[in-house]
Amino acid sequence: MGWIEFILVLVVLTNLKLLASSRLGASIRVVARQGLILGALPLLAHQDALSLQHVALAAGSGVIKGGVFPWLLFRAVREAELTREVEPYVGYLTSLLAGVGALGAAFWMGTRLPVPVEVVSRWLVPVAMFSILSGLFLIISRKRALNQVLGFLVLENGVFTFGAGVLVETPQLVEVGVLLDVFVGVFVMGIIIFHINREFDHIDTDQLSALKD
Amino acid sequence: MILALLIIPALAGLLAFGLPTPKARRALLLITAAIHAGLTLACWRIAPQPILRGWLALDEAGLWFLSITSLLFLAVAVYAAGYLASESNPRSTDLEEGFLFDNVPAAVFVGCLLLFLTAMTLVTVSQHFGLQWVAIEATTLASAPLVYFHRHPRSLEATWKYLLICSVGLALALLANFFLAMAAAGNGPNSHSLMLSELVARAGELQPAWLRAAFILFLVGYGTKMGLAPLHTWLPDAHSEAPSMVSALLSGALLNCAFLGIVRAQQICVAAGCDAFAGDLLVALGLLSLGVATIFIVGQADYKRMLAYSSVEHMGLLALGTGLGGIGVLGAMLHAANHSLTKGLLFLTAGNILTRFKTKSAAHVSGLRQVAPVTGVLWLTGFLAITGLPPFGIFLSKLTILRAMFNGGHWWIATGTLLCLTLIFVGMARVVLNMTLGEPPPTTASSSPPEQPWEIGPPLVLAVIVLLLGLAIPGPLNTLLTQMTTTLGGGR
Repeated sequence: MGWIEFILVLVVLTNLKLLASSRLGASIRVVARQGLILGALPLLAHQDALSLQHVALAAGSGVIKGGVFPWLLFRAVREAELTREVEPYVGYLTSLLAGVGALGAAFWMGTRLPVPVEVVSRWLVPVAMFSILSGLFLIISRKRALNQVLGFLVLENGVFTFGAGVLVETPQLVEVGVLLDVFVGVFVMGIIIFHINREFDHIDTDQLSALKD
Repeated sequence: MILALLIIPALAGLLAFGLPTPKARRALLLITAAIHAGLTLACWRIAPQPILRGWLALDEAGLWFLSITSLLFLAVAVYAAGYLASESNPRSTDLEEGFLFDNVPAAVFVGCLLLFLTAMTLVTVSQHFGLQWVAIEATTLASAPLVYFHRHPRSLEATWKYLLICSVGLALALLANFFLAMAAAGNGPNSHSLMLSELVARAGELQPAWLRAAFILFLVGYGTKMGLAPLHTWLPDAHSEAPSMVSALLSGALLNCAFLGIVRAQQICVAAGCDAFAGDLLVALGLLSLGVATIFIVGQADYKRMLAYSSVEHMGLLALGTGLGGIGVLGAMLHAANHSLTKGLLFLTAGNILTRFKTKSAAHVSGLRQVAPVTGVLWLTGFLAITGLPPFGIFLSKLTILRAMFNGGHWWIATGTLLCLTLIFVGMARVVLNMTLGEPPPTTASSSPPEQPWEIGPPLVLAVIVLLLGLAIPGPLNTLLTQMTTTLGGGR
C-alpha cells in the first residue's frame, strides 16, 4: 500500500467521521484536514514529472481548503454565536449506516466504469464517488446552512479527487479557474450565511420556507 | 475582437465598484452595454479570429447566444439606469409586508451586472469544456448578489437556494467534464484535451460508457442551472424575489448559457453516434418540465412566479427540440431567441406593474389599462407572444418544434405538448386578462406615477423585435440558423 492509498483511506475515514459527528467545530476541522490531505494528491499523482506549477497548485489548494475556509467558517460560527450541535434531520447512526451503504455503492460504480488509462490507484474512482455521495447526503440531511456548505466542500473534494488523481493532464488555466470559483463560491456563501444570521437570528435552513407554491 | 468583448465589461465592472458618483456609474453601465452590443453586431459582419490556441472562438451557436445576451443586456441596462436614478432613497418599504429594508449599494449592483455580462460572454466564446464550466460557475457567483438586491428575508432565502442548488449542480457538471476527459483518454497523446472541435473530430474513438455517464451528469448539472424539472426548484424563488430587470436577465440570458452547455455535450453525443440515448433523456426531461410548469402555472396567484414557471415551460421546449434533432434543433435555437426577448419584455413590464400596485399577487392587480396604459398594452402583448399566438416569433418556433415531433412520428409527445400548451394558455389568460381589464383599486388609481420613458422604452423595443421575428426572419439570421443546425447535428 503506497502513499496514495494511505491518503484515500484517510479520505474515507474523514467522510465517515463527518457523517457521525455531532459537533460543528469538529466537523469544520475534519473538512479542513480532508482538504489539506487532498492537496498532496496531485503531487503524488505527478511524481514522475513534477513541475513548479503542480507544486504551486497543490500549495494553493491546501492553503485555501486547509486554512482559509476553516478560518471563514469558524468566523461565521463565532459571529452567529451558534450552539455547537450539528442538528441533523437524520440521526448520526442512520447517517453512518447510509455512509457505509454509499461506500458499497461507490465501489460497485467503480467496477461498472472501468478506467481506460493507467491510474495511480484502483481505489481512486470509488473513493471519489464515495466523497461525492457523502457530500450530497450531508447537504440534504443537515439543517444548518453552515453544514450544507461543509457538505458542498466534501462533494467538491470528491470531484477534486477524481480530477487530480485520474487525469494526468488537466490544463493549468482550468485548474486555477476551478479553484478560484470554489473559493469565491464559499466566500459568497459565507457572506450570505452572515446575512441569514442577521435577519433570522439563526442559520437553520428549515426556517427558510416562506417561498413555496 | 473576442478579447475586447470580454475585457471591456470586466474592466468596467471592476471600475463600477470604485466610482463614487451614481451618475457616472449609470453612464458607465449604459456605455459598456452599448459597446458590447456594437462589438457583437460587428462579429456578424467580420468573423472574429480564434485566440488563445483556439480556446476562445466564436462559432455559430456562440454568436447566436452572444447576440441574444447582448441585446437583452442593452435593454436591461437602459431600464436599470432609469430604475437606479429613480430609486435614490437608500431605504425602501417592502412592497408586500411593509417593513423597511436596505438595497444592495448601487456600486455593487452595477459592478455585478457588468461582471455577470462578462461571465455570460465567456460562456458563449469558450471552446474548451473546462473553461466553459469555469464561466458558467462564474455567472452564478456574479448573479447571486443581484438576486439579493433587496435586502430582506425572502430574497435572502431565494439567494441561498439559488447559490446552494446551482453550486451542487455545477459540481456535478465539473465531474461530467472529468468523465468526458476519461472517455477521450487512451487515444494517444493529448487525448485528455477537452477542446470541443477535437472531441467532435475524434468522437468515434470515445469510450461509450464514460461518454454516457458524462452526458447524464452534464444534463443533471447544467439542467439544474437551466431550470429543467425536477431540478428547477431554485428558479421560481430567485426569479420572483430578484428585482425585475435581474429576473429578465436570469430568465433570458442565464438559462440560455446553461442550455448552451447542454447543447455542446449533445453535439459530442451526436458526433459519437449515441444521439438516440442523449435525445431520449432530453425529451424525457423536456416533457417533465412542460408538465410541472403546467401544474404550477394553472392557478398561480403570483404573477412573477407565473412568469418564472413559464421559463421552466420554455426550457422544457428547448430540451424537447434539441432532443428530437433534425428540424427540432432549428426550432429550439430560434425558440431560445424568441423566448429570451419575450421574457425580457414580460419581466420588465412586471417590474412596472410591481412599482404601481406594490404587490405580486395577481388577484390584487386590476385595471392596469387605466393605471398605466402603455404597460397594460405591453403586458397583454407579452402574454400573446409568450403563449405562441401568431404573428409573434414564438408561434413560428413552437410550430417548428411541433413539426419535428410530427415528422418523427412522435404522436404521443406531440399530443402531450399540445395539451400542456393549451392549459398554460388558459391559465395565463385568466391571470393576465383579470390584471389588465376591470377597475383599478381606488388608492392605486390616484397615487400612480406617470410612465417614464425608461420604463416603457426597452420592453417596447423588445416587443417590436419579437413581432418582426414572427413576420420574417432576416437573411443573415436564417443562414446562421441553418448552419448551426447542421453543425449541431440535426440529422436524426
